[in-house]
Amino acid sequence: MSDTARNTLYFGFVALLIIGTGFVQSWNAALFVLNFGLISAIMALGVNLQWGFAGLFNVGIMGFVALGGLATVLVSMPPVGEAWAAGGLRVITALVLGAATIVGAILAYNALPKGRVRTLGLLAILIVGFFVYRAVFDGGVQAVEAVNPANAGYLGGLGLPVLVAWPVGGLLAAGAAWIIGKTALGLRSDYLAIATLGIAEIIIAVLKNEDWLARGVKNVVGLPRPAPYEIDLQNDPAFVARVSDWGLDPVTASTLWVKLIYAGLFAVVLIILFVLAQRALHSPWGRMMRAIRDNEVASEAMGKDVKARHLQIFVLGSAICGIAGAMMTTLDGQLTPGTYQPLRFTFLVWVMVIVGGSGNNLGAVLGGFLIWWLWVMVEPIGLGLMQLITAGMADGFWLREHLLDSAAHMRLLTMGLVLLLVLRFSPRGLIPER
Amino acid sequence: MMDLLNAFVALSNFVLIPAIAYGSQLALGALGVTLIYGILRFSNFAHGDTMAFGTMATILITWAFQAVGISAGPLPTALLALPFGIAVCAGLILATDRGVYRFYRGQKAKPIIFVMVSLGVMFIMNGLVRFIIGPDDQRFSDGERFIISVRQFKALTGLDEGLAFKTTQGITVVTAIIVVIALFYFLNRTRTGKSMRAYSDNEDLALLSGINPERVVMVTWLIVAALATIAGVLYGLDKSFKPFVYFQLLLPIFASAIVGGLGSPLGAIAGGFTIAFSEVMITYAWKKVANYALPEALAPDGLAQLLSTDYKFAVSFVILLIVLLFRPTGLFAGKSV
Repeated sequence: MSDTARNTLYFGFVALLIIGTGFVQSWNAALFVLNFGLISAIMALGVNLQWGFAGLFNVGIMGFVALGGLATVLVSMPPVGEAWAAGGLRVITALVLGAATIVGAILAYNALPKGRVRTLGLLAILIVGFFVYRAVFDGGVQAVEAVNPANAGYLGGLGLPVLVAWPVGGLLAAGAAWIIGKTALGLRSDYLAIATLGIAEIIIAVLKNEDWLARGVKNVVGLPRPAPYEIDLQNDPAFVARVSDWGLDPVTASTLWVKLIYAGLFAVVLIILFVLAQRALHSPWGRMMRAIRDNEVASEAMGKDVKARHLQIFVLGSAICGIAGAMMTTLDGQLTPGTYQPLRFTFLVWVMVIVGGSGNNLGAVLGGFLIWWLWVMVEPIGLGLMQLITAGMADGFWLREHLLDSAAHMRLLTMGLVLLLVLRFSPRGLIPER
Repeated sequence: MMDLLNAFVALSNFVLIPAIAYGSQLALGALGVTLIYGILRFSNFAHGDTMAFGTMATILITWAFQAVGISAGPLPTALLALPFGIAVCAGLILATDRGVYRFYRGQKAKPIIFVMVSLGVMFIMNGLVRFIIGPDDQRFSDGERFIISVRQFKALTGLDEGLAFKTTQGITVVTAIIVVIALFYFLNRTRTGKSMRAYSDNEDLALLSGINPERVVMVTWLIVAALATIAGVLYGLDKSFKPFVYFQLLLPIFASAIVGGLGSPLGAIAGGFTIAFSEVMITYAWKKVANYALPEALAPDGLAQLLSTDYKFAVSFVILLIVLLFRPTGLFAGKSV
């Protein structure tokens, strides 16, 4: 069977799964799977860029996704004027001071002669800078958070169209990735993994605790949408008349229509990114990347700057994850820092890339759809399985109750098992690299 | 004078004692990570969940003991259950090695593949723990709560400031000392321990001198299972058991191991205490201590807290970054390639 035929078969199968969901459950559920599948596919593309092209192991995807979500709030929410008046400038000044301290420390490190003078000078700059920063920052934050804490208490955003947030999310993630890459790349491969694991936890901690930024665990709800609201559609006589012609209930039709608009937007982004990634893979740059991945020493001897190339592709891949994160928050319509779980946002994406086929963009996209479908469906399937297993047991028997209650945790087991099985028996994935 | 004593007592109560207990727990965890790194040459991402699994086994056995009325008097029953918990954890780990890691050892796979496989193992262990005991908080500490309670201490010394020394903290420190002594005795004095160190230093040379690699690996996993379970149970006794928290412990544990120098057992201990003390000192509100120790005029207005406790992971992370930037081999010059 040729590659094209096999790939068509795979994607046809995934399409069948989603359409099947539509028939068995509901079309809303099917479109939900499709939308998140599109986002997952984009995340998988980003991770594939890092792992498949360059062999970089990033376990901080969750952090970059969350930064994308933050960008949505910062770009699209209307600014809270009172908060800006109360302490906005002070907070911004403090942040600039903090950044200046770090830049100053780096400059001093390069300027001062090696030895005790440098150590003491650095410490002095950092300590003084920190206290000045806190002195300015704390007052500003208090003032901002005191402004109408029940539904504001933060600076708000820029009030721009929400679609602008998608590239901005990519930029934010790229910035964070640059800092991490600068420190951890060029050391042994595990260090990047540990550093990214850490930055992800810290980004989530910042999102949860800095209320002035995005309201922390109080969540920002009601983000502007690129699609019309369902209720407006239902009140729009033209829309109601049109769907009635097709014999659809206006309420269902409006939810489906909104989801379809999202799916269209996401598909456009996915196609653009896919084409770009595909061009990158087959360009001299992509070949160089794979050469570096396969033999760093040899490529270095050929005059390739391994560390700079690694940094470049790490930043690019993380930016894609940031874009996907912004899209996801847009789809949710709210930013809820409490829901970012590493197992869901980092490791699930890894399973997608490995299963789909690392080093192959098409594989990553396939993995994104397939594993997302599995992730959604494991729970009902697991529950069904448990009911089957426990069918013979008496009602109220403790083991039966326990098994039924625990069916929700089947997801992790299944994903771990899928990952291990694929790594063991088919390490190149469903659509292997050519 | 009295003020200085009070300041010192407050410092011990809120900083020194908790940091020593936490540091011991981290050190035990980091020892496990560093041993795997030295012998098997990969960073084991499943370590946090191994700790969770061992602790869960211990908790279940503790509950069984409590149900039939076995107790350790003033000490927590969990200490009696600990050996059984270790055995269960060791069983699972050896099975994992057989079923998963051994294949990749045979293939001489790259370390990064091992790391990835350990991710899969982490998923499964995490799933198992949640499946068996659920994702919620479990408390399993019983017996005497305090060695010295605040009231006793105040009555004893007549100071304004109280000092509480929890039984779990005492047990943590004592157990950690015993475990570390036993481990170093094993590594430095016994034949198996020496062969482990030889294997870690130079694999080829060790193989040439007739050391059986599978045996070394098996012994390593057994020790790691024991260390992980002990560290997990001590942490659970001291705070409480929640699977997700154990996963999050991965970051400070890795930071400890790297700060000390991956592959160096002594470094793991030093790293554990470095991380623990930095975390506690940077997130502690110093107002109370400062009020006692400084003259009235200098006393701080605010809480004098450098960072809120929610950022304790940021502390270990920043230390990790500094070490990676300036001294990637760590304090005790572990392996770095």
